[in-house]
Amino acid sequence: MTAGRPTAGGSTAGGAAGGAAVQEAARLVTDLPPGPAVWCSGLRKRYGNRPAVADVSLEVARGEVVGLLGPNGAGKTSVIKMLLGLVRPDAGEVLLLGRPAADPAARARVGYLPELFRYQPWLSPLEVLTLHVRLSGAQVTAAEQQECLALVGLADRAGDRLGGFSKGMQQRLGLAVALVARPELVVLDEPTSALDPLGRVDVRDIVLALRSRGVAVLLNSHLIGEVERVCDRVVVLDRGRVAAAGTLEELLGQHEVRLHLTGLPAGAEQRLAAAGRVEREGDWFTVALPAEDTGTAVPDLVGDLVALGVRVHAVEPVRISLEERLLGILRAGRDGDR
Amino acid sequence: MTTARTVLTIAALTLREATRRRVLLALAVLTVVLLVLSAWGFDRLAAQGLTSGEARLTASVLLNLVMFGLSLIAALGTAFLAGPTLSGETESGIALAVLARPIRRSAFLLGKWLGLVVFGGGFVVLAGLAECLVVRVTVDYWPPEPAEALALLAAQTIVLLTLTVLLSTAISPMASGVVAVGLFCTTWVAGVVGGVGASLGNEAVGRVGSVSRVLLPTDGLWRGAMHAFQDPGALGEFGGGAEAGAFPFLSQAGLTPAYLAWAVVWVAMVWALAAVAFARRDL
Repeated sequence: MTAGRPTAGGSTAGGAAGGAAVQEAARLVTDLPPGPAVWCSGLRKRYGNRPAVADVSLEVARGEVVGLLGPNGAGKTSVIKMLLGLVRPDAGEVLLLGRPAADPAARARVGYLPELFRYQPWLSPLEVLTLHVRLSGAQVTAAEQQECLALVGLADRAGDRLGGFSKGMQQRLGLAVALVARPELVVLDEPTSALDPLGRVDVRDIVLALRSRGVAVLLNSHLIGEVERVCDRVVVLDRGRVAAAGTLEELLGQHEVRLHLTGLPAGAEQRLAAAGRVEREGDWFTVALPAEDTGTAVPDLVGDLVALGVRVHAVEPVRISLEERLLGILRAGRDGDR
Repeated sequence: MTTARTVLTIAALTLREATRRRVLLALAVLTVVLLVLSAWGFDRLAAQGLTSGEARLTASVLLNLVMFGLSLIAALGTAFLAGPTLSGETESGIALAVLARPIRRSAFLLGKWLGLVVFGGGFVVLAGLAECLVVRVTVDYWPPEPAEALALLAAQTIVLLTLTVLLSTAISPMASGVVAVGLFCTTWVAGVVGGVGASLGNEAVGRVGSVSRVLLPTDGLWRGAMHAFQDPGALGEFGGGAEAGAFPFLSQAGLTPAYLAWAVVWVAMVWALAAVAFARRDL
């Protein structure tokens, strides 16, 4: 999926090869586009005899929102933890914001909300943010930290001990922790698992605001509707491998049309089959149109059917949801194994 | 620079945890109880009209006994604080967000260790000094080498908490505390058994104490601390010679520089092992 290693910064020439040449080389390196927010290739991880991640390569461009989807045990959280240096991969390479992930400095501009969100219960939300700001090395004022808490709805609990916080409030704090140190990449692992519907809308708005500011987001969520609303691209993992990846247009590109037809003469069904895969329920026919259709397939089909003498009662476009597409990808993967 | 900031930040966080989780308060209450009891005991003894030699012997033995109580409190406190603060945080998920920051795991571990060292070491030094003052006021006894004695007590605490840090990188928080305190007590018992063996002239039994003091230097450092607390003539009053070695609250000899160097090397080795284990651990 991902070919060569992306360019990002690099070493400068040394020795006495001439100042002009060195300057020219330095200028070339400086002018290189920044590396992607996340780039990984060939990630593998086994826990004992059980392979968790078999071969995952993916990329998140700067300012892009990428959704990570897949069933339970697909390896999504393991991939995220390997990207962030929390789990040691058995094989594979990771670059974060253009730097090798083995170097902790690569995480200087990375915010992370873990799936298992727990923060020091003896601290207050403001103290947790101050701790994370200090560890990140970022210069963030106390007022900005307060703003960050207000953004996630915890402004009036800033000084309370976390010990008495509900799960939802702790997850909101986790979101503030991920956002507080001016990140260029935010990794959110199931960010709405403990939130009420209002909280989910807040998270969606926050992700959209991050995208508008050019912050890259890697979002692992079971809520497909959420992913569909905010993500530019989707990577589907299944049993530790990338089962599909692409923009929503690419993944949902296949569209269908439902037709209510009567009086089908010989040759009409062949014409329908020529347009795409056909499913029939009584007088209703559902035709899966090719992804490369430029918009002529439906009028051509209807024209030909009328010319053959078919009585056309209704023509309805069918939109495939990301959920249906995801289920299709996962089922196809399992059928392929049999 | 960044590593130093990380270490100091995590050390301060560990100290704050000890304070906020009431560990400090619990230790302070226990210590005050022990100090009051010892003050009452010393005061009663002083009222008995002992000879100066008897008074010095009694003060030395009882001071060492109370100091043993304090070091046990410190051992329990730090062992049961080190477990939750390290393996407890990795088990609960608290460490996930922290270690995803641009920090090295070794710096995180060093910060935790440093915080525990300041906490445990500070506790035994302050509580030990308070006990020395109690003895001074009640029976007018002042140890010959109080600074050395308190430093060795702190070193004993550091050895034990370093062991707990290593254990907590591999096993559960509760198990690491139990194992560390168990080993601490076993080494002390081995030291006493070794002393009895030496006093009876049984070389094999005597070697039990020597070997255990090398494997885990808590008992060796404790014996060094006792020697610095006790009156130089106390052993003579007790009977002198090898027989006195069997008594668990008097020490026959101070520490050699070689043993102190071994204790430093031991702490460095165990800490390095903990750092390697923690760096390789999947969270």
